[in-house]
Order: sequence, then structure tokens, then C-alpha cells
Amino acid sequence: MAKEHPVKVRTSDFSVYYGQKQALFNIGIDIFDRKVTAFIGPSGCGKSTFLRSINRMNDLIDGTRCSGKLEVDGIDVYGKEVDVVTLRRSIGMVFQKSIPFPKSIYENITYGLTLTEKRSKDELDHIVETSLKRAALWEEVKDRLTHSAQGLSGGQQQRLCIARAVAVNPEILLMDEPCSALDPISTGKVEELITELKDTYTIVLVTHNMQQAARVSDYTGFFLMGKLIEFDRTRSIFTAPSKKETEDYITGRFG
Amino acid sequence: MSKHRFAAAQRHRGEHIAEWTIRIVASTSILTIFLIFVFVFRETTTLFSPDAQNIPSSSATAEEILTPELYNADALTAEEAHELNIPEVYNPETGTLGEPEPIALGGPELPRSSTKQVAERSVWNRLTDAAWQPVSSDPKFGIMPLLVGTAKTTFLAILLGAPLGILAAMYSAFFAPARVRNVLKPTIELLAGFPSVVIGFFCLTIVATLMQDLLGTEARLNAIVGGIGLSITVIPIVFSIAEESLSAVPKSLREASLALGGTEWQTAYRVMLPAAAPGVFAAVLLGIGRAFGETMIAIMATGNAPMLTAGIADPVRTVAATIGAEMGEVVWGSDHYGVLFLLGTILFVVSFGLNAITELYVKQRLIRKFQGQ
Ligand SMILES: Nc1ncnc2c1ncn2[C@@H]1O[C@H](COP(=O)(O)OP(=O)(O)OP(=O)(O)O)[C@@H](O)[C@H]1O
Ligand SMILES: [Mg+2]
Repeated sequence: MAKEHPVKVRTSDFSVYYGQKQALFNIGIDIFDRKVTAFIGPSGCGKSTFLRSINRMNDLIDGTRCSGKLEVDGIDVYGKEVDVVTLRRSIGMVFQKSIPFPKSIYENITYGLTLTEKRSKDELDHIVETSLKRAALWEEVKDRLTHSAQGLSGGQQQRLCIARAVAVNPEILLMDEPCSALDPISTGKVEELITELKDTYTIVLVTHNMQQAARVSDYTGFFLMGKLIEFDRTRSIFTAPSKKETEDYITGRFG
Repeated sequence: MSKHRFAAAQRHRGEHIAEWTIRIVASTSILTIFLIFVFVFRETTTLFSPDAQNIPSSSATAEEILTPELYNADALTAEEAHELNIPEVYNPETGTLGEPEPIALGGPELPRSSTKQVAERSVWNRLTDAAWQPVSSDPKFGIMPLLVGTAKTTFLAILLGAPLGILAAMYSAFFAPARVRNVLKPTIELLAGFPSVVIGFFCLTIVATLMQDLLGTEARLNAIVGGIGLSITVIPIVFSIAEESLSAVPKSLREASLALGGTEWQTAYRVMLPAAAPGVFAAVLLGIGRAFGETMIAIMATGNAPMLTAGIADPVRTVAATIGAEMGEVVWGSDHYGVLFLLGTILFVVSFGLNAITELYVKQRLIRKFQGQ
């Protein structure tokens, strides 16, 4: 496995349990800085669980436990002195079904910014514009920033959620099937966006769409029944997988 | 005629009977409610009838017949007032001489024969009096003190009850662990089913003493005590409706806010509460309706003196309490009777208005908000 990039997220022997049920088994992975890492695998194999472990969203579910190590920049995320709120501020997340807040488009973007500190109107205006531009949404909404975000189309809403996450300038961007509810055109826009954003952010993407993983990711991990079966450069995974299960899944003989 | 293959099956008949039973029961209850409305309005209209002007003189005689009984009933409140050291309640400066009213003396004194003056003023003039003295040779049907009293207690009840109810709802919906929530929710909602006479008694004895010790108010029973009593009935209503609408806010909004680095409190306050705003607003409106219409607590805890003052530490009497206390003894068909029904109509219109706003406006907004139009 290539090691030429700095590691952003590193896990070793990392397991997650929902009550008695173990959902992840001894995951060991290096996620590289400013690269797009895709996770693929059949439904229920633990992709979301792993993603949500990184920003500790699993803490919200009663009875979740984990063991092993998960480090971001060398800091144990589950360590005692880690403040979850601070952690989540530097790890953005885009959900599969993320509805915008029932506020205006403008307020949706500024929400994350105003959580920590007071900022001037000019500064906010500026961040709203750049975030929306980064999410390729600016042209479509610049004339109706004060309108309710719920008036946007599904694809626009998802891009707004990306803009919302980008606005707080996180280091890592976790995306859990961000395109599963989108039409091909919106999907194309989001994919383009991912490619652009990877210069700035470490992106972890969960997708059921093989082509999407192949198109946008640099590295791909294949999960099966809570285990990370294979993790490598995307090109290697899709052209010459080393494990039989991976090949079966990619060629559609599986799941 | 032989049965074809689409003929009604046997079980359909049973369903028909059930359907019709439900229909009949439903329309009966709707009809009953409608008839109650009609009755209330019809009785109020006696005030508007052309012979309303004649009634004072005739009812004056009726009052004289019933005088001892009625005066005793009122003397009680007057004596109470004496205890409270607020005789001026019964001496409002109505402009009609500095003479004290018979009632003011608290004794079963017979009314002075001022029937001439009585006949001169119509019920409608009397409605704007500054005092409520319905049983008198010169009755005063001033509804202003009652409306002001109601406004005071309702305002205090909401001021106390709404924030407490909403905060409790937020705690239950967002912060409480499942175990706590499973106990908290039914407990508070149980409060709604509490007999109001028990709450009234509690206020009359314990709250009144506490408040007097705490605030050193002149009168033991006053708008503050009444407001506290009413807030006890407001809290469960505000709580249960607000809790319901807060819980109905999609969980994905909470996750999104937490994922952006919001604290639980920021999430609850800045995302979930505004998202549920129409429902919470509805909860407050219904709470107002409850405080406005509550009778027993108002009778027991407010001091029951129809004073037209601005202070919240003064005794008051509410519209509902007036109806509750006087309707049983009123001379049927008299002006007093008509005015009580007018008060009933006011109560009805306000409650109906509040409920209508909640139903039509708030629910629509709530639905639109979550369906994102
Ligand atoms: N809140 C939960 N409580 C209990 N078990 C859960 C919970 N969430 C997920 N699981 C279980 O953990 C396993 C992994 O789920 P996860 O959501 O991570 O799968 P996934 O790979 O994201 O699936 P999908 O592709 O359908 O989104 C599944 O077996 C699931 O049933
Ligand atoms: Mg998933």
C-alpha cells in the first residue's frame, strides 16, 4: 500500500458494538490527507457505522460501545480529554437524507459559524457566498438567500447541506451516500464538487454506486459483514482486486 | 336473481352497521355541541330584545322578593372582603353620590327605594359601570373589572405556565434519558386530569400563605395566587402539546446540527424549537384558553372581588368565576341573567377563536414546514 501521503485518520483494531451486536470487527485503516476515500459494500456491512465513528455521531445512539483505536491527526478521538463538540466542528458531515434546517438559505449556511462566535455581517456574507460557490449553488440561489431553504429542489438541498458543512471550514468531510436521492445531473454536480473539494479537505465517501467510487475516489475500501476486506488505491481495487470477495462484489456477483 | 360474483359479501353488512352506528353517534355529539352554542347565544340575545329596557323595574320587584337569600349569598363575599381589609372594593366611585351601596355594608340591609333611578338606566349603560354589583336596587353590571381581572390572572398564568411547560417539554423531548422521559411525561399529563377544586384548595391554603409571607401582600387571595393556581392547569396543556410537536421534529435535523458542532442546548434552542414553533405557539394559545376559562380555581384562589385596579397583588374576579358563582342563584330571565350569558358568550368566543387559530392556522403551518413548501 502506498504511503506517500500523510495520514489523517488511522484506526487499529477498531470495533463497534450496538448493544450486544457487533457491527464492526477490528478495522485497521489509514485514510490519507486531502484524498477522496470511498467505502463500498453491501447494505448493512457497517459503512455508515464506520463513518459515524469518526465524528462520534454513534455516541448519540444508546448502548453503542467501541474498542480499539481511532486517531485523527494522531489524537485518539475516543480519548478522555477529547471534547465531542470541538471534534465535530473540525469534521463535517453530509448525510444521505439531510434536510436543511427550516430556516432561510442564508441562515442555513451561517448556522455552524455562529455556534462558536459572533461574526460581522460582512464576514458572514462573504463566507455564505464562497461556501455556496464551492457547492456550485451560488448562481442558483444568490437572488433568494432569504427564502426558506425548504423551497429548494432535492439536489439543491443536498448541495446546500454540503455548503453548510464546508462553511465551518472542517478538515475532514464525511459523506454518507450523498447522491443516493439525486438525479444524474445533480449527482454529476456533487461529484464535480467532491473532486474540487479534495484539494482542501480529506473526504470520506460512502457510496453504493461503483462507477461513482471509481470516478471520484483515490482510495477505496470494501466492507463486508462488518469487516474491512480490502483497502487500496481505487484503480487497483477496480482493476486488480486481491481478494475474491471484492472481485465478486465489484463484478456484481454478490450482494 | 342469482348472486353475481361482485355481490356484497356477508361481512360487508356488519361493516355497514358499524359505520352507521359511528355516524349516528358522531352526528349526535356534534348536534349536542351545536345546540349548546345556540342556547348560549339565544340567552344572550335577551339583552338585545326590545323589552330589555322594561326588565329592570320588573326584575327589581323580583329581587325584592328574593332579597334576603341573595343578599346573604353576597354578604359572604362582602364579609370576606372585610376580612381582607379592602372595603373600598365595594365603594367604587361611580359618580352616583358618595353614598355607600347597601352591599358594601355587608349586612342584609334592605335596598333603598331608588326604583326611579333604576328605571332610567338601561342594561347597556350598566355594562360600562366601573363596578360589578349585579344584585342591588341600582345594579351595576360593569364587566370591565371582570375582564381586567381575567386578563390579569390569565396573563400571570401564561407568564408562569408557558415557559415552565415549554422548558419541561424541551427537557423531555431532547435531554431526558428514555427512562426519565417515560416517567416525566405521564406524570405531568396526569396533572391535567387533576380535579381543579383540589388545585384551588391547594392554592387557597398553601400557595396563598406562602405568597403572603414571601411578598407581604395586603390581601391573602389575589391575582398572583390565582395566576399561580391557573398556571398549574396551564403547564400540562402547554407541556403535552409542545412536547408532541418538539418530538415530531425530524431527528435528522438534530443530527445535522450536532454534526456541525452544535451543543445539545444550541441544537434544542436554535434548531428544534424554531422548527416546532407553530406547535409550541399552539400549545401556548390553548394554555391561554385554559386559563381564561378555568372556573373553580378562579373562584377559590383569586379573592373573588371585582375590583378595577392595575395591581397584580389585588384581589380579582374573573369572567368564568362570576358565571360559576352567580349563575346558580340568578333570577331567571333577569338582566343579571342576560349579562351572565353575555359573559358566557365572551368566554365562548375567545376560546373558540383561540382553538380556531390553532386548528386552522398553526396546524397548516406545521404541516407545510415539514413537507417543505
Ligand atoms: N442504531 C442501531 N442499533 C442497532 N444496530 C444498528 C444500528 N445502526 C446500524 N445497526 C446495525 O449495524 C450494522 C451496520 O449498519 P450500517 O448502517 O453501518 O450499514 P451500512 O453499511 O451503512 O448499510 P447501508 O448501505 O444500508 O447504509 C447493520 O447490521 C445494522 O443493522
Ligand atoms: Mg449506511
